[in-house]
Amino acid sequence: MFTAWTQIFKRDLLIAFRRRSEIIHPIIFFVMVISLFPLAIGDDKVLLQKIAPAIIWVTALLATMLSLDTLFRSDFEDGSLEQMTLLKTPLSMLVTAKIMAHWVITGLPLILITPLLAVLLYMPSESISMLLLTLLLGTPTLSLIGAVGIALTVGLRQGGVILSLLILPLYIPVLIFATLALQNVEQGFSAEAQLAMMLAILVLAITLSPFAIAAALKVSLN
Amino acid sequence: MGLFAILFVYGLYSGLILAPIDYEQGEAYRIIFVHVPAAWMSLFIYMVMAITGAIALIWRLKLAEIVMISCAPIGASFTFLALVTGSIWGKPMWNTWWVWDARLTSELLLLFLYFGVMALYNAIEDRRTAARAVAILALVGVVNIPVIHYSVEWWNTLHQGPTVTKFDKPSIHLSMLIPLLVMAVAFKLYFIGSLFMRVRTELLAREQKSKWVTALLESK
Repeated sequence: MFTAWTQIFKRDLLIAFRRRSEIIHPIIFFVMVISLFPLAIGDDKVLLQKIAPAIIWVTALLATMLSLDTLFRSDFEDGSLEQMTLLKTPLSMLVTAKIMAHWVITGLPLILITPLLAVLLYMPSESISMLLLTLLLGTPTLSLIGAVGIALTVGLRQGGVILSLLILPLYIPVLIFATLALQNVEQGFSAEAQLAMMLAILVLAITLSPFAIAAALKVSLN
Repeated sequence: MGLFAILFVYGLYSGLILAPIDYEQGEAYRIIFVHVPAAWMSLFIYMVMAITGAIALIWRLKLAEIVMISCAPIGASFTFLALVTGSIWGKPMWNTWWVWDARLTSELLLLFLYFGVMALYNAIEDRRTAARAVAILALVGVVNIPVIHYSVEWWNTLHQGPTVTKFDKPSIHLSMLIPLLVMAVAFKLYFIGSLFMRVRTELLAREQKSKWVTALLESK
């Protein structure tokens, strides 16, 4: 069971490293959108500092959503997804390998580049570590939830717009808790409760969403 | 539907005219008799949709799929009604049409979820595949329902806490509770009535080539 899992995980990483542009594009998108805000608002240090967590989180949300488009697309088109459903290993296990690989490729670089962008938006250093923590807890959840939407829309021609309709409402609890945690830290309170909630949502997403994803893929392959 | 009309008229009459004036909120509180049942319905219909969705997924019942799909537009309208009446109520009470309060936000999200369900259903050509995809989406969205329900306790904001339970203080007076419950039952009956109409139409449209439908048409 785990050999198939690691095989798929390695395969997806390998494919991604052969096509590096797919890793880099979401990052460039992330950096560009964030740098648009200071340009639009003006160099207002107080205001930027205040809304920096919101800007970074909303942009991260959009970048994750856009990058998810590639998650099942190529496997769906060349038929390897159908082959995966025929394996002995349950599809719900295999999709976790794909999502994990996808998160390593797109989510992790996003987190790594965030400190740089946070400095650009004048965030204080104690908030930056909290920002990274919320992103570390939040982006896997975003990938898991988004994968459900992608699995439902993978066969559709105009999937992109519908995808955002489907999954953005589901993203909002994560967004709320993450930004609340950052607000608490800024005001000198503890953010433990929010972090615990984010962890709880992540655990819930890990346990439940693979089944939804597998079921949705089977409907799409129909 | 007839029963709905009777209860609706009685509920509105007793709510708008018979019920006493609230000493804090004055006459303006009377919108509660539409707002609260509509908000209840918005959640209730989503649950019905999810449950029939689960039935459709597990037992592949065609009728369950149709019931699920027919729930979506009705639920979306109730959610919209709850939002509109809530914002009309909010204007005299909180002096603002809209607050980014947890409950309002989750109600808005519920509306978005309904929109997502309808969009997904319309995007997929094959009706049965579409229904199964929507069933999965509805079940995933159910995760959002507890968030809505417990948001009052979690965020504790402008929105007044629920006052309908008789066990806690502050609670609602009986003379206000009865019209409220009558309205709730009336809304539920309306939901059932319009759901059945929708299901009938959808079923006839899907089965228009089958023998029993042609027989039905010829007999009329």
